Amino acid sequence: MKRPWLIAAGAMMVALSVVLELVSRHQGHATFWWQSTPAFDLLYGFAGCIGIVLGSKWLGHVWLQRDENYYGDPKS
Amino acid sequence: MSSLHPGFILFLVALGVALTRGHVRRLVLLAGPLLTLLAAWQLTPANGWSLALPQYQLQLLQVDALSHVFGLIFSLITCIGVLYAWHVSCAGEHIATLVYAGAALGVVFAGDWMTLFVFWELMAVASLFVIWNGGSNRSWSAGFRYLLVHIFGGSLLLCGILLYVAHDGDVNLQALTRAPQVPVAAFWLMLLGVAINAAIPPLHAWLTDTYPEASVTGSVFLSAFTTKTAVYVLIRLFPGAEILLWAGVIMALYGVVYAVLENDTRRLLAYHIISQVGYMVAAVGMGTPMAINGAVAHAFCHILYKALLFMGAGVVIVGTGKRKLTELGGIAQCMPLVVMLYMVGAFSISGVPLFNGFISKSMVISAAAQKHLPLPEILLTLASIGTFLSIGLKLPYFIFFGPDRGLRPRPRPRNMVVAMGLGALLCTALGVFPGWLYARLPFPVAYHPYTVDHVVSALQLLLGTGLGFWLLLSKLGGEPTVSTDTDWVYRKPLVPVCNAMIVTARRLGASLEQARTTLLRGLIPYVQNPFLAWTRLGPNWRVVTCPPALQAPADDLTYDENRYRLPIGVTVFWIVVFFASMALYTL
Repeated sequence: MKRPWLIAAGAMMVALSVVLELVSRHQGHATFWWQSTPAFDLLYGFAGCIGIVLGSKWLGHVWLQRDENYYGDPKS
Repeated sequence: MSSLHPGFILFLVALGVALTRGHVRRLVLLAGPLLTLLAAWQLTPANGWSLALPQYQLQLLQVDALSHVFGLIFSLITCIGVLYAWHVSCAGEHIATLVYAGAALGVVFAGDWMTLFVFWELMAVASLFVIWNGGSNRSWSAGFRYLLVHIFGGSLLLCGILLYVAHDGDVNLQALTRAPQVPVAAFWLMLLGVAINAAIPPLHAWLTDTYPEASVTGSVFLSAFTTKTAVYVLIRLFPGAEILLWAGVIMALYGVVYAVLENDTRRLLAYHIISQVGYMVAAVGMGTPMAINGAVAHAFCHILYKALLFMGAGVVIVGTGKRKLTELGGIAQCMPLVVMLYMVGAFSISGVPLFNGFISKSMVISAAAQKHLPLPEILLTLASIGTFLSIGLKLPYFIFFGPDRGLRPRPRPRNMVVAMGLGALLCTALGVFPGWLYARLPFPVAYHPYTVDHVVSALQLLLGTGLGFWLLLSKLGGEPTVSTDTDWVYRKPLVPVCNAMIVTARRLGASLEQARTTLLRGLIPYVQNPFLAWTRLGPNWRVVTCPPALQAPADDLTYDENRYRLPIGVTVFWIVVFFASMALYTL
């Protein structure tokens, strides 16, 4: 994924979304503190993604994943 | 009686398919589901079909806003699914899918417990044949596991219904969470029975075990009906049951974790059925009008985009013959239109603005916020990160764009791509014009998805996830493994236990047979010659050997279930026919 235009487009959308959020932050009706924290969803998306990948892979490797023929299923 | 029951139309279409061939059958396949959709569209609460039995008045067709919206989407997806499978020449598969869809419509429009149960079981039986039409040994074995789980679930539901009707005396469906004095056992038996069909962990493993083993056309139907019918029944019977809120949140995350580990494309999609149904189940648990609206809207949208995703995976499997991420990659150039249509489904399930998942998923999450449930709100948002990660990024990257493995897909039947196009069109149309769906929800809607904070929040979440994916791309490739799930219990430790029980029973049987043979061996001479008792006492004693048929059986105790299935199945079939005839006779 070494496509500079993709990175540039992503960065522009990030910047645009944060600006929009800062401009419109008083229009929304936040119930929880994280809904009114600027760029929270960006960070949550990033941290959540990392957490899900590493957590799931860890669980898989230490516990859940087995050889493909574990159940002795027919090949076809 | 007025108006037509959409489910019964599909049963007639199935009959039509069985009786026709060639172009006529193809015409029946196109016209039948369209007629069903038209019939569902025209239904109003004034329409009804009832059947008077000696003790009960059955309501075969009862329409309200909730059943109407489910009836519409079930009829619509039948049209799309049949179009996708239009090229399939096997009449058996068409018949199974049409009966399955008809039974799902039967559940949705059922007004009483008996009707609901009968269609519920018919759905289980028809879907079993959809799975078996996969045609492989794997689908055969998975089908039997599916049958056992669903018969168990259906039995729980029936026990609950009988307990409830015996206590209450009223056969009309009503919300158990709002009815006075529901027997505790009836409540839990019914909830467990429905939870099995809703695939709530740990009762969910039948789904991911079987859906990838059906034919590519069959799994489109499977993805639509069983779990969503269960969601409908949960909304009807258990709105506001708090246990469902937490069960739903766990479901949403459970599917996400397994999807990250999964290598089989359709099994990965199946894990995300569990995850998405988790949103609906959680919303039913919240029980507020907005949450119930969210559950219905999400079921409607989910059926469309999940069918589209299964159709995309099916086209890839048909084209390449491969189903695993470790075997796929680099085919985007060969099927750009399929990639584009798949991405519409992927954006929809991920909740990208302007696609239909956005207008329904955000409703469920907002309902959690409205009810001041911080933990469910933040965890359901986390599940939506996992959805975009697996379906929006991992799956398309490794199927279409990943390392080129030299695959050159065969041409696909055109009708498959047209059906995908129709699905994609509807996903986008609903995303752009949510008002059409909102107007058909059970409660008045005061929710606006396209506010600045909703859109910005969704975009930031997606961008953050995309960044995480980009950084961890090397870790996300498929691994040639299977992930053990709760079906491990009945596929591993329970197998030797069952075998030990069977072998013990057979040993006991063999010992009794041996004893019987020994007894007969001793008695035969006396039967052959009643005077032997006299002679035996004298010097003329002689040994008479018993015929070979009475020799003790060889010590062959290995158990092969396939050997007994046909005779036992035929016996059970005739017993059922007998009881059904008796029941009809006494009506």
